[in-house]
Amino acid sequence: MIPELGHFALILALVVAVILSVVPMVGSFTGTTAWMALARPAAKVQMLLVTISYAILTHAFLVHDFSVSYVTNTSNLSLPLIYRISGVWGSHEGSLLLWMLILAGWTVSVSIFSRGVPLQMIARVLSVLGMISVGFLLFMLITSNPFDRMLPAPADGQSLNPLLQDFGLAIHPPMLYMGYVGFSVAFAFAVAALIGGRLDMAWARWMRPWTNIAWMFLTIGIALGSWWAYYELGWGGWWFWDPVENASFMPWLMGTALIHSLAATEKRGAFKAWTVLLAVCAFSLSLLGTFLVRSGVLTSVHAFATDPARGAFILAFLGVVVGSSLALYAWRAPQLRSNTSFSMQSRESGLLFNNVIMLAMCASVLLGTLYPLVLDALGIAKISVGVPYFNAVFLPLAIPLMLMVGVGALARWKKDNLVEILKRLRWAAVLSVVGGIALPFLMGRFTFGAALGIGLGLWVTLASLQGLFERLRHRNNKWVALRSIGAGFWGMTMAHIGIAVFSVGVSLTTIYSVEKDLRMAPGDSYDIAGYNFAFEGVRKAQGPNYRADEGVVEVTKGGEEVTVLAAQKRQYDIQMSIMTEAAIDAGFTRDLYVALGEKIGTDGSWSVRLYYKPFIRWIWLGSLLMGLGGVLAVCDRRYRRVSERLAQQTTDQPLEAKPT
Amino acid sequence: MNPKRKQKLILIIAMVAGVGIAVGLLLNAFQQNLMLFFSPTDVVAGKAPEDAKFRIGGLVEAGSVQREADGLTVSFKVTDNAKTVAIRYTGILPDLFREGQGIVSLGRLDDTGVFVASEVLAKHDENYMPPEVADALEKTRQAEESGKAAQTAVHGSNTVQMQ
Repeated sequence: MIPELGHFALILALVVAVILSVVPMVGSFTGTTAWMALARPAAKVQMLLVTISYAILTHAFLVHDFSVSYVTNTSNLSLPLIYRISGVWGSHEGSLLLWMLILAGWTVSVSIFSRGVPLQMIARVLSVLGMISVGFLLFMLITSNPFDRMLPAPADGQSLNPLLQDFGLAIHPPMLYMGYVGFSVAFAFAVAALIGGRLDMAWARWMRPWTNIAWMFLTIGIALGSWWAYYELGWGGWWFWDPVENASFMPWLMGTALIHSLAATEKRGAFKAWTVLLAVCAFSLSLLGTFLVRSGVLTSVHAFATDPARGAFILAFLGVVVGSSLALYAWRAPQLRSNTSFSMQSRESGLLFNNVIMLAMCASVLLGTLYPLVLDALGIAKISVGVPYFNAVFLPLAIPLMLMVGVGALARWKKDNLVEILKRLRWAAVLSVVGGIALPFLMGRFTFGAALGIGLGLWVTLASLQGLFERLRHRNNKWVALRSIGAGFWGMTMAHIGIAVFSVGVSLTTIYSVEKDLRMAPGDSYDIAGYNFAFEGVRKAQGPNYRADEGVVEVTKGGEEVTVLAAQKRQYDIQMSIMTEAAIDAGFTRDLYVALGEKIGTDGSWSVRLYYKPFIRWIWLGSLLMGLGGVLAVCDRRYRRVSERLAQQTTDQPLEAKPT
Repeated sequence: MNPKRKQKLILIIAMVAGVGIAVGLLLNAFQQNLMLFFSPTDVVAGKAPEDAKFRIGGLVEAGSVQREADGLTVSFKVTDNAKTVAIRYTGILPDLFREGQGIVSLGRLDDTGVFVASEVLAKHDENYMPPEVADALEKTRQAEESGKAAQTAVHGSNTVQMQ
């Protein structure tokens, strides 16, 4: 009975979503205040209904209600509590419900934290979000109902894929979805602006915090996925250019372009139409990502559930969203002309440069991801695009981008002098070159790649610090000056330093990693980068729902013990599936990584994988800094001030007349 | 030409040149890194390139897995139920590698026709079949059926005429 209530709540949520998507929108054209005012309560009711539905599914997992077929397929009696909670989004139907919950959450947040936005605008924004809800609720109810029954109920369920029984992956999808779905808010603002034919700097100021927060979640979600792949898949790689990774990376690239373009729109009223187009594209790519992952066109660890009807539905939905929003754009964009001009040497040019690079990166990822799918669908050939392609494309694009990051951030709006800026940066340049050449020797041997990575990282960091320094230099009271700097600037500086940390991590890990596959008998030892790995043999271990062979490796450096690593080969009870659980000693400057292969011969020998991964943590540390920078920028006083000031105005502000 | 127009022209030329170079490099890198997929039947028929990396896929043939003395080099055969190709791989095999399992492998052919693999992929789900492998097996099945059908057609021509 209870699961039916969950199903029923979803149907009611669909009804509310239909009301939300129609009534306030119509009201915004006829000028009927009551109809427009319906948007906020409707958003709240929708949130309530989806939450009820979500809570009921979670309840079914907690009480082992195997009459619900989704629970049977993803859970069983021996599954630990935390994975029963995360198991709710462990497979297709539930992850859609999570997606819907997050969408409802974003919608409600917009309705609450938008007091300063005129009613007509907010009615349209919430209405567009309602339309997206209608699409997803229909998708769920028609093709993938999480509350479908399986009668008679089996005594025990199957199991959550062992790969997913992991803390990192428990929180990876919610983070990623927060980002994906968050771009729907930017999309809704963009569409509302197109419908109204009006787009001003206040509009950009409303939209910017939402975009930044969504981008932050996406950044952290992707970093979590990368971290999970690193320690869970047992290969020690952190990025594979797998189509599913690309599916999340494309909206990220587009979103990065969007937050930079929004800066110009907010501060200078420039790039208006462009910003709107980027917002449409970022959300479209989020939907494309969903389609790629959920339709089963991809051959990947992520494509757990595949069903052609689902793929067809998402593809149709994608077509409607992209088609209608681009049609609207083509119709309305000419009205969004920016009347500002700027010189070639200015901050606007720097932001434009960023946008061009981001778009080029995004286009090359799109080509590498979709081309094989298209050829396959047309039956021409089965191909795959190798990792070297992506590396070959990204490196030449990343170098000019990083060279420009510091320069662009120092440039003034409208007009500046490039030579003048470079003069201010001369010490940063000298230090970067010297550091780039000298520091690789600390790693044992010099390589050009490492010099490039470190040099560029230093350059970005020093140029960012130069910006901070210049804000303090001519002030007498440094402390007051430091406090008067807006959070927006701190956020930008932090995110840019994040890029520097990230790129140093990537280049050093790529160049100096040592990876060895060995056959080791108990007592054997092997030296890597000054560390001695001694294999002590394999013992048995028992987990809550698996048994394992545990290989023990003692690591010493210069005779002193560093750590004892216990890598496991697990066999899960239910599906009898086998999983490698790597043992990692994490460190700020290096990771030591041991994974167990298989038993060879009868003398207790095993094949063992030993990795030394320098600076790999910096990859995720850099991503974290970028994400935190995005949030920090949202805390800027001006966003609060604007909403307070506008809140006072809206009471006596007349409604905009019918748009022409 | 007035300065403003001149500036615009320079900007446009720079952008066109930049985009042109970028697209050129992009397509070049793309062309070089496309990897085709071949079934064992294709490889035996000589359709696979001899000097380039490609992917091969099929079922690991039962009883074909052999370990060499160093313990890390493994030789096995993949089959699409019609033809087989020998594969040699040095390193640690994925968790779900076993006889009868569908795998995809990346590598190139050596002089003796053995496929030297740099990567062996098996997915983390025992019911999962890589789509390429499923396709290759399906082709073999269809070929067999049409072969049988042709035979039946010859032998059973009387029956056909009677209908």
